[in-house]
Amino acid sequence: MTREYIDGASAIARGALKAGCNFFAGYPISPATPILLHMLRELPKVGGVGIQAEDEISAISMCIGAAMSGASAMTATSGPGISLYSENIGLAIMGEVPLVIVDVMRMGPATGGATTAAQGDIQFVRWGTSGGYPIVALAPSSVAECYTLAQRAFDIAERLRTPVFLLPDKEMVMSMATVDVAEYEDIEVGKRPLVPAPRAGNGSGVKINAVTGRPDPRLRPEETYLPYDFDPIDAIPATSPFGGPHITRFTTSSHDEHGFLTKDPVKVGRLNDHLRLKIENRRHELEFGRLERHEDAKTLFISYGTTARAMREAVERSHESGEPASGLTLHTLWPVPENLILAAAEGHERVVVAELNHGQYRREIERLLYKHAAQNRQAPPEILGLNRVDGELITPEQFLEMTP
Amino acid sequence: MTISTPLHIQPIETYKNERAIPFCPGCGHTLILRHLDAALLKLQIDPTQVVLVSDIGCVGLSDQYFATNAFHGLHGRSAAYATGIKLANPDLHVIVLMGDGGMGIGGTHVINAARRNIGVTVLVFNNFNFGMTGGEHSVTTPEGYITASTRAGNPEQPLDICATVAVNGAGYVYRGTSFDKDLPDRMAEAIAYDGFALLDIWELCTAYFAPNNDFGRKEMMAMLDALGMETGLIQQRPLAEYARRMQTMAERARDQAVMPVHDIEPQFEHRLRDKFHLVIAGSAGAKVRSAAKAAGYAAVLSGLWATQRDDYPTTVKSGHSVSELIFSPDEIRYTGIAKPDALVLLSADGLNKVRGHLARMTEQDVLITTPEFADVETAAHKIMLDPRQADVRITRTNRSLMVLSAALRVLNIFPIAALEEAVRRFQSRFAHENLPVIAASAKLVGD
Ligand SMILES: Cc1ncc(C[n+]2csc(CCOP(=O)(O)OP(=O)(O)O)c2C)c(N)n1
Ligand code: SF4
Ligand SMILES: [Mg+2]
Repeated sequence: MTREYIDGASAIARGALKAGCNFFAGYPISPATPILLHMLRELPKVGGVGIQAEDEISAISMCIGAAMSGASAMTATSGPGISLYSENIGLAIMGEVPLVIVDVMRMGPATGGATTAAQGDIQFVRWGTSGGYPIVALAPSSVAECYTLAQRAFDIAERLRTPVFLLPDKEMVMSMATVDVAEYEDIEVGKRPLVPAPRAGNGSGVKINAVTGRPDPRLRPEETYLPYDFDPIDAIPATSPFGGPHITRFTTSSHDEHGFLTKDPVKVGRLNDHLRLKIENRRHELEFGRLERHEDAKTLFISYGTTARAMREAVERSHESGEPASGLTLHTLWPVPENLILAAAEGHERVVVAELNHGQYRREIERLLYKHAAQNRQAPPEILGLNRVDGELITPEQFLEMTP
Repeated sequence: MTISTPLHIQPIETYKNERAIPFCPGCGHTLILRHLDAALLKLQIDPTQVVLVSDIGCVGLSDQYFATNAFHGLHGRSAAYATGIKLANPDLHVIVLMGDGGMGIGGTHVINAARRNIGVTVLVFNNFNFGMTGGEHSVTTPEGYITASTRAGNPEQPLDICATVAVNGAGYVYRGTSFDKDLPDRMAEAIAYDGFALLDIWELCTAYFAPNNDFGRKEMMAMLDALGMETGLIQQRPLAEYARRMQTMAERARDQAVMPVHDIEPQFEHRLRDKFHLVIAGSAGAKVRSAAKAAGYAAVLSGLWATQRDDYPTTVKSGHSVSELIFSPDEIRYTGIAKPDALVLLSADGLNKVRGHLARMTEQDVLITTPEFADVETAAHKIMLDPRQADVRITRTNRSLMVLSAALRVLNIFPIAALEEAVRRFQSRFAHENLPVIAASAKLVGD
């Protein structure tokens, strides 16, 4: 069996480059710096651009500018930096920017522990900008998954024109691990919908919309398409990069289909529903994870990232004991992979959610399973948290202590 | 810079769209936008190759009145978006439209774009206050002037934007007013200039700053004189533009292999049946991590799975450096170590970090260390190795590899040839120094 001895930072950079990433801007911060250094070194080789920005606000701003000029852009940071990204995360949601944001989680709050493992940013990335709109977040739990999920992040970011977070933690990125090379899975990475070339009018005086190919009276003299036109409401609007054959408008503000500012309640309401529904209505395409179910298990462990590694070891060991357990490793954290979780919970009396924070994802599991039980007039399973916020990893023994 | 030839055979007659500019009567923004239209007309650039990057504030509305590409971003960040746009497509004409408010909150991006010499043109619509939010003072409000937030007169000194960017690398710097007849020429010059260009354009906010200070065109000219800031063309010099420089760098690097997989086929035999936990505790700056990494590679070369976690302080060359290795015949999931099977103790810094491990270790486990730690308290079986027995000079940086190599000889998990191969293949830059150290470590174990 061919193997590689490698860290997660290298795997993320390699996965991003495989996915076609050609722009990276970042600001040094442990434990995300190795990703910055890999990208600065590698991007010129693919004709791309990597730059160390003057701060994190600039880093994500540059990425957004580059992305709207056609680049496949990524940035990487950690706690203090992701906090500075906040306002621009909102801009990326509003303007529908394909963007991959790697948040290598470290101990918080504030500067916390620069090289201390934690999983404390789960709810922050979900609600990390004003307004409360959905984003997508993926969490790798092995170095091979760092590679594959980096590609998946680009695929989703591009196809859905949305910021996608990749949430490894310090352990995943900075530790060396052995990878069976066969586990490096390549996926097909989609592209944002692009506007075809402009079309000449048919002489009727009504311009042809390059997206639909049909005369469109809404088009203004300089327009050849409408940059924020979505029909149905959850459709991903086609775009054209700056410098392409069309004139493109991009805006941070509530806008109409032309990209002009508007306060029209009908248009503003429809835009905001669009931003929500384009992700919510695709949530079932975004459910990634791995269930290891044991037929006799009464307990289901749910975890993600580094913590899921201890969980999987505990699950294997539990099979040798009298109390077998099942384990669900979540690769998608946002949107919550509801079908995956409901199917996994089925038949278990107790669900243990393990994470290196004070129970951030347990809230989602409780919400989902309690609601499901109430709707079906069933008793919900007992839901317990296994949490650690002292910089140490949750051990397999701690998992095994949670089985009855 | 060559201006791209217009696609249109007919000359373009306006870069404005038909929407009416919405600013207050007499607002300087309206004048500046007319000048911008005139400048673009002179250049006749293809509108699909122009990006207007607008900031926030009244000025932030400006991009909507042009028939070009538009990017309306967050308050103060326009120069950073413009940088990203220019880097992704160096052929574009990127023009930033920002206010004095934007200059205050995001001045760092302007200074850094100047310093890097990003080929964008920054037009500062400088009306000495925040128009949109009700006339509060900004970084350019001169001392003594009345604004919504300085009712008793501004106690702060104004920022000299031009001087700031001029001393920080800007190639083209100009200061004038919205009333200058030659402004379209200066703007056209700046847009055609292949590098960072900034025009600080003084103008009237007729809703706030003007009425608050009985301030009109005449008073603005007087203020300009009184402040003594330089006016006109302040700086113009040829400098290599950044986005093009990046392109050249990329051309040089092109076609080099991109992060190839470093395949490892097992070529040595290992002797493990179960997981083995090895902790190496030494001092930062003593190459503990790279010695541990060589051991990890050696394990993988011997058909094992390996993991390595490192712990060291942020001051990487002082204090402790502890590496935790796991070797296993099966895939390793959990990478933590509750209790080492073997601990290689190299220094007092390391000792302080592994006292817990030493207390948990039993007589089944081994502590491998050097004579100065002979008395360390632990139930583990102790093995002493003395680096002074080696026939190479021991230094701070080769001592870790020396002792670890000897320890690996004692533990005999894989042959020492695997470690040598690991160093040859994966640490080739230092192989000429490290291979003799590994060889010399034989002396420590009496081989
Ligand atoms: C981060 C942030 N803080 C505050 C604001 C509120 N705000 C809107 S416009 C503005 C000032 C704009 O002043 P200036 O740049 O001078 O533009 P003008 O309105 O004078 O054209 C402020 C502070 C904002 N939009 N974003
Ligand atoms: S408030 Fe001032 S800056 Fe804004 S439009 Fe009116 S005059 Fe112009
Ligand atoms: Mg202003």
